[in-house]
Amino acid sequence: MLVHSRTGRWTAWAGFAVLFVPLFALPLLVIVAASFSTHWSGAFPSGPTTAHYTAAVRGESLQALTTSLVTAVTASVVALTVGTWAALAAAALRKRGRRVLDALFMLPVAVPSVVVGLAVLVAFSQPPVLLNGTRWIVILAHTVLVTAFAYQSVSAALLRLDPMYEQAAASLGARPAYVLLRVKLPLLLPSLNAAAGLCFALSMGELSATMMLYPPDWTPLPVLIFTATDRGSLFTGSALAVVLMTATLLALLAVSRIRTKASYR
Amino acid sequence: MPTTGAKDDAGRSLPSWVWALPPVAVLAVVFLYPLALVVRESLAPGAYADVLGSESFRDALVTTVWLAVASTAGCLVLGFVLAVVIAFVPFPGAKAVSKFIDVFLSFPSFLITLALLFLYGTVGMANGLWTDATGDATGPFRFLSTPWGVLLAEITYFTPFVMRPLLAAFSQLETAQLEVASSLGARPLRIVRQVILPEALPALAAGGSLVLVMCLNEFGIVLFTGAKGVTTLPMLVYGKAILESDYAAACVVAVVNVALSVGLYVLYRGVSRRAGA
Repeated sequence: MLVHSRTGRWTAWAGFAVLFVPLFALPLLVIVAASFSTHWSGAFPSGPTTAHYTAAVRGESLQALTTSLVTAVTASVVALTVGTWAALAAAALRKRGRRVLDALFMLPVAVPSVVVGLAVLVAFSQPPVLLNGTRWIVILAHTVLVTAFAYQSVSAALLRLDPMYEQAAASLGARPAYVLLRVKLPLLLPSLNAAAGLCFALSMGELSATMMLYPPDWTPLPVLIFTATDRGSLFTGSALAVVLMTATLLALLAVSRIRTKASYR
Repeated sequence: MPTTGAKDDAGRSLPSWVWALPPVAVLAVVFLYPLALVVRESLAPGAYADVLGSESFRDALVTTVWLAVASTAGCLVLGFVLAVVIAFVPFPGAKAVSKFIDVFLSFPSFLITLALLFLYGTVGMANGLWTDATGDATGPFRFLSTPWGVLLAEITYFTPFVMRPLLAAFSQLETAQLEVASSLGARPLRIVRQVILPEALPALAAGGSLVLVMCLNEFGIVLFTGAKGVTTLPMLVYGKAILESDYAAACVVAVVNVALSVGLYVLYRGVSRRAGA
């Protein structure tokens, strides 16, 4: 306890509330409030309605949601596979090799997402591989962006892993493949789940690279939110934003439930 | 898979670096090769001279850097204050607040700008309160389409990225130190300055440099403000490539932006490794 006097403590809490509520709690609340209203001319929104939501689960909006979900799931699965493989391979290397792999796989974090989008667009609009105008270019860019986070989470988890388990298994005559599948991966399962949740959330909200390369028939939800707000339909945009936040939260919740189940192993 | 010490397998098992080849090959095809193409494209004759000499590029560079530096400073101050209260003046619900911060991190950044439109936009809550109270036709808050609006949004969105490492560092701080200091008569502000701040420096450095890189690369927040006056480097890349179809210029701006943020990122990795974070 840093502050012992009662008034001091209340001052600290009041200061905290004055900073925290308008900066962090209010933004999310106003988006939810706006998504249920038709006007915002006074201090508070007016004209309660659910019309934005009925529109948000139909036609173009529903298609954008499924587009986002398919993109996020595909990108996360591929990123987890590549990222886990790379992290396992890096852990078996000597120090210098590991640093090279770390640097290579962390590079997409440091490169601006817009530039990742530009690079993918430039590379796959020309032979030998033409992906421009297809959904695959969006999925590819998302995969590149989230692989770095998958790699980072898994290699952090590998550092914490007790080597005793695999040594014990190997000393009992287990083949390397068996050690990997039956000992290492089950022990890594909680962190793999956490990484999957992270990748999914990042891909669901990805806008920068997507803006550079989405084709007209593969419009993810963030792009639709942008086009809605850009033409002035702020209330439709906020209803779509609530749908996006809810979908992300539900997925994170589902992933955290798997994690608690796996940790009993 | 890669085990180094299986002697009886030595004849058949591959050296461990072979296992690293497939993922590196994938990365090379989908990321390194495209990045190399961007660099090659930027080397088109005259592209660098055109872009680096242009007013719009220099403006964007200056705007990007000062916005990123100011946002980082704001995040560090705000994040430190909030984390100190959560960690050392705990209140009922402080756990819920740190959970909320984790959730906040999983939302995309442009949601903040969207929310600010309702809070401080021309027909938002703040201006609505003003017009209701004074009877004026319009409110005084019009900063949203200026760099200050972007600054507010970036500080809001990135502060949690500073708070998380700080809270982790504070949870390892020996509370006995604080008790001793305060029993010796030190006032809370002095304890913060002389005991807590030195302990927090590595986490502040790590969080601050991460936020600096992310601010330099931020696109969604700037795009959503829709301000013509605020052009950052990522916005310039988007504008040149998609709106003007001038790929050579876009690649030049991209190379500059990558050099700036990768340079800072290398610094961040160094700092965070030293901080043990």
